[in-house]
Amino acid sequence: MKALAPNAAPFPALEVAGVSHSYGKRVALESVSFCVAQSSFTALLGLNGAGKTTLFSLVTRLFAARSGHIDVLGFDLARAPSQALRRMGVVFQARTLDLDLSIAQNLAYHAALHGLFPRDARARSEALLARFGLAHRMKDKVRDLSGGEMRRVEIARALLHRPRLLLLDEPTVGLDIAARADLLAHVRGLVRGEAVGVLWATHLIDEIDQGDDVVVLHVGRVLDRGKVGDVVNRAGARTIGEAFRKLTGIAEPEGASS
Amino acid sequence: MTDAAAPPSLRGSLGVIGYAICLKGIVWREALRFLHQRERFVAALVRPLVWLFIFAMGFRSVLGVSIIPPYETYVLYEVYITPGLVAMIQLFNGMQTSLALVYDRETGNMRTLLVSPFPRWFLLTSKLVAGVAVSLLQVAAFLAVASFWEIEPPTAWGYLTILPALVLTGLMLGALGMVLSSVIKQLENFAGVMNFVIFPMFFASSALYPLWRVREGSPVLAMICELNPFTSAVELIRFAFYQQIDWTSLAVVAGSTAAFLAAAILAYDPARGMLVRREG
Repeated sequence: MKALAPNAAPFPALEVAGVSHSYGKRVALESVSFCVAQSSFTALLGLNGAGKTTLFSLVTRLFAARSGHIDVLGFDLARAPSQALRRMGVVFQARTLDLDLSIAQNLAYHAALHGLFPRDARARSEALLARFGLAHRMKDKVRDLSGGEMRRVEIARALLHRPRLLLLDEPTVGLDIAARADLLAHVRGLVRGEAVGVLWATHLIDEIDQGDDVVVLHVGRVLDRGKVGDVVNRAGARTIGEAFRKLTGIAEPEGASS
Repeated sequence: MTDAAAPPSLRGSLGVIGYAICLKGIVWREALRFLHQRERFVAALVRPLVWLFIFAMGFRSVLGVSIIPPYETYVLYEVYITPGLVAMIQLFNGMQTSLALVYDRETGNMRTLLVSPFPRWFLLTSKLVAGVAVSLLQVAAFLAVASFWEIEPPTAWGYLTILPALVLTGLMLGALGMVLSSVIKQLENFAGVMNFVIFPMFFASSALYPLWRVREGSPVLAMICELNPFTSAVELIRFAFYQQIDWTSLAVVAGSTAAFLAAAILAYDPARGMLVRREG
């Protein structure tokens, strides 16, 4: 099975195929399909209420989709949840660290949830925190960290078990401009350094780069997806912001000049 | 597809060792959190002590307790209600675990638990075991204080024989809390749990008064008390304190534990559970 070494695997990091979901009568997602390639950065672009949160709940298996299927590295989330979940790292929109525990304790808990051997988990935690510039703060309580630092710890935590797919649900919410840019740079670095496929949900257009893949989600439907350049061209727009407004039919904000 | 597709150098286990690591991690976190929340520990200790030293002292002359099994002599009222207060500690702890689950769901901690690759029934059961471990700490502290006032089992073995009873009753009440946590939408509804679950369960039981006394007042209420699984929990602990097994209570508690646990696992099942029907 050498052929399944990193980067050579035939499967995308994440495949969402024909996924629909509704809460009672309200349809939240309608036949949503897209892929996140391995070692790539895919932005999931949508306004609040577009269905991003529902999509994250489905992909992280909080509950199952009413129809369609979700594969992680070729493992069906419904039929082989354990195999799919162990290849996935998640940073939820809500802060999910224990504020009263130290960084090291938070990471140790997460490692245990993945059945990692404590000694390996410690070594991996130290390496990851060093990468995120937090190695000297292992023993500090999470409560004493800044918002941006907490996010970096959460990303380090999501990477502990060496996932091949990293999901981030609006991770820059509540961060200032410098922390946002810093976080984005870190995650883009991971795509290369850790060979992870990243799905980055956002409603902020300036977080998307020209070379990224993008999925435009609006009111539960995928309006377009592909390389940013292609999506912009297809929409007959000059920028992804303009393309997004054209696709969704949302008026350009007054005074904006993009 | 074989495990060869597993990421390289991922040294962990999803086998028996992995399960053990995971369970230990969940219990360890719960214990750490509990030790960091001093107010919770103090509250868990003070609540039953208030009942023991104020309520029981006030009522000891009003409520005479006749000789009923497992007691072989007349016992003081505070001796009678001690098993009930032990069960109350566990009831509160079980409901607090459910509160924590709702809170965890709001803050996302529940989600980090549920993205673990281990089966969900195992994760939920581990969470319950962690809650039981915390309740044992609380009960131990309570009984230690009570022993200063000579409220003790007839022999020290009683402290050992209540352990299995406490594990079972703790699981039952924790599983009940877990079922409730899947139904409660928001944290504020915990007041409702207090009013509609904790108080009725506690008062309609043999925790504070023997059932023959209740029967004198209202046969219907006595029947409700007998059907209340909390009564069985109290009696199981009471008899275990005296190194005896009350088989009826044991059967009811074991059966209720299985039923509540099954309901909780179903409620958190990704395809059929309560979460799927709900937004956010």
